[in-house]
Amino acid sequence: MLRDVTIGQYFPGNSLIHRLDPRFKIVITLIYILMLFTGSNVVCLAVGAVYTLIAIYLSRIPLKMFWKSVKPLLPFLLITALLNILLVDSGDVVFKWKFLKITTGGINISVFMIIRIVLLIMGSSLLTYTTSPITLTDAIERLLSPLKLLKFPVHELAMMMSIALRFVPTLIEETDKIMSAQKARGAEIDTGSFMTRAKNMISILVPLFISSFRRADELATAMECRCYNGGEGRTRLRQLKAAPRDVVALIITIMFYAAAIAVSIVYKQLTK
Amino acid sequence: MAILETQQLTYTYSIGSPFEKTAVDHVDLKIEEGEMVGVMGHTGSGKSTLIQHFNGLLRPTSGKVLLDGQDIWADKKKIRDVRFQVGLVFQYPEYQIFEETVFKDIAFGPRNMGLDEKEIKRRVLETAHDIGLKEELLKRSPFELSGGQKRRVAIAGVMAMEPKVLILDEPTAGLDPAGRDKILAHIKAYHERRKNTILIVSHSMEDIAGFADKILVMNKAKLFCYDDTEKVFGRAEEISEIGLDVPQITKVFVELKKQGLDFGKEVYTVPYARDLLLKHLHGKAGDGQC
Repeated sequence: MLRDVTIGQYFPGNSLIHRLDPRFKIVITLIYILMLFTGSNVVCLAVGAVYTLIAIYLSRIPLKMFWKSVKPLLPFLLITALLNILLVDSGDVVFKWKFLKITTGGINISVFMIIRIVLLIMGSSLLTYTTSPITLTDAIERLLSPLKLLKFPVHELAMMMSIALRFVPTLIEETDKIMSAQKARGAEIDTGSFMTRAKNMISILVPLFISSFRRADELATAMECRCYNGGEGRTRLRQLKAAPRDVVALIITIMFYAAAIAVSIVYKQLTK
Repeated sequence: MAILETQQLTYTYSIGSPFEKTAVDHVDLKIEEGEMVGVMGHTGSGKSTLIQHFNGLLRPTSGKVLLDGQDIWADKKKIRDVRFQVGLVFQYPEYQIFEETVFKDIAFGPRNMGLDEKEIKRRVLETAHDIGLKEELLKRSPFELSGGQKRRVAIAGVMAMEPKVLILDEPTAGLDPAGRDKILAHIKAYHERRKNTILIVSHSMEDIAGFADKILVMNKAKLFCYDDTEKVFGRAEEISEIGLDVPQITKVFVELKKQGLDFGKEVYTVPYARDLLLKHLHGKAGDGQC
């Protein structure tokens, strides 16, 4: 049930992808996303797909896990595809009935969009599957640190992110517990009409909010007891160190991007 | 006929994933009406999973749960009625409180049962009295109360459904000794007055020994034993072997037995031990061996 949520779940491991410096991993993921969105034809995406599959293979994480992260977004994907098929009007007409018209252009674009989004989800899941939330926020803090010059509260932001991530499983567990307790008192949560269910949500949300505030309060006290007063002069237990392999991974990614652009230019000229 | 019965009850968590774990393994159990049962077991022994089957919060992977001889899962839509008949109070139940007043929170269960206002009021007042909450507290916000009072409000919320079977998962966890004794005394009085069936999960052997007619011991997902209190503590050494404690007074008498002083009976409460010892000493005095 609630425990099956996988978005942002980390799979501990020791693969090459796991060991990459998280800062490089974030930059690489950004380049990857850029590659998917600047590529305007199928060939470009094919290069992206090859790149994704190689990376997934190297990470040693079963392909099934990636399917799990795509699955919740399927309805959204299907609706986008359907709208594209029905609304895009270009190329040859394949099917026509009253005001409905399906064209080859529409089919092409909808397939293209689906592949692009699936690749996007798989790529970004790879980042969160292979990087623990704590190192991820560490890396974000480091990458954003130039913004400190503009008085942007980088450390505070990173701290809030890591606290939020840390408490997601705790809150899921807590919600589960409160739901069971209210069900034991006859609250209809997964049965009953929409209105009774909505009303019964109150019986879950109120205790959940109260315990969140209590936890926040306790955490703040615990942090103060250990003399936390912001990021100033704070040292780190785990220092991030870039290794040659990180640079190599970055270069390979850039090469793939260049290859994708080159291939798509050639493809365009061939199909002209 | 047993009020609550399980037949080969088995429950496995996360089937098919690497975290697969059988928490309850082929448990056969018969609980008779009107009994006060203490439930013991290590953390992770499966006792919490077991009790969540009794009111249909968890559905068995295999096996059956019978309430009054009826399979509770025979009709899936009636599972809510089962929850009204088998009241379950979770650990730290004060975290489930959400209403603006104590009265409303206790009334939540009865209201879900679809009772009329008059009956709801009667039940709230009666349970508040049973659990020792003063009437003027009913108008207050439950969040202003002390920890022990909140705990009693939460317990009253389940009691007010007037279930045939009341299950309490560590009702005294985290309370000070005075709060603990108060809650246990109220539960005991409630049981004596209503004669319903009560199951209490507890880690404190002293507590269990003080009130339970029978004791149910879970160990590593299996039913270790379910028997009269006296007989269970009679197996003091076996129970120590699976890592559970027997009451301290029982330990004293087990040692006395080893030293050659055998009373021929199992001793698990202090008042009983006192009587026994006094009798023994007087007996000796009578023999003139003092």
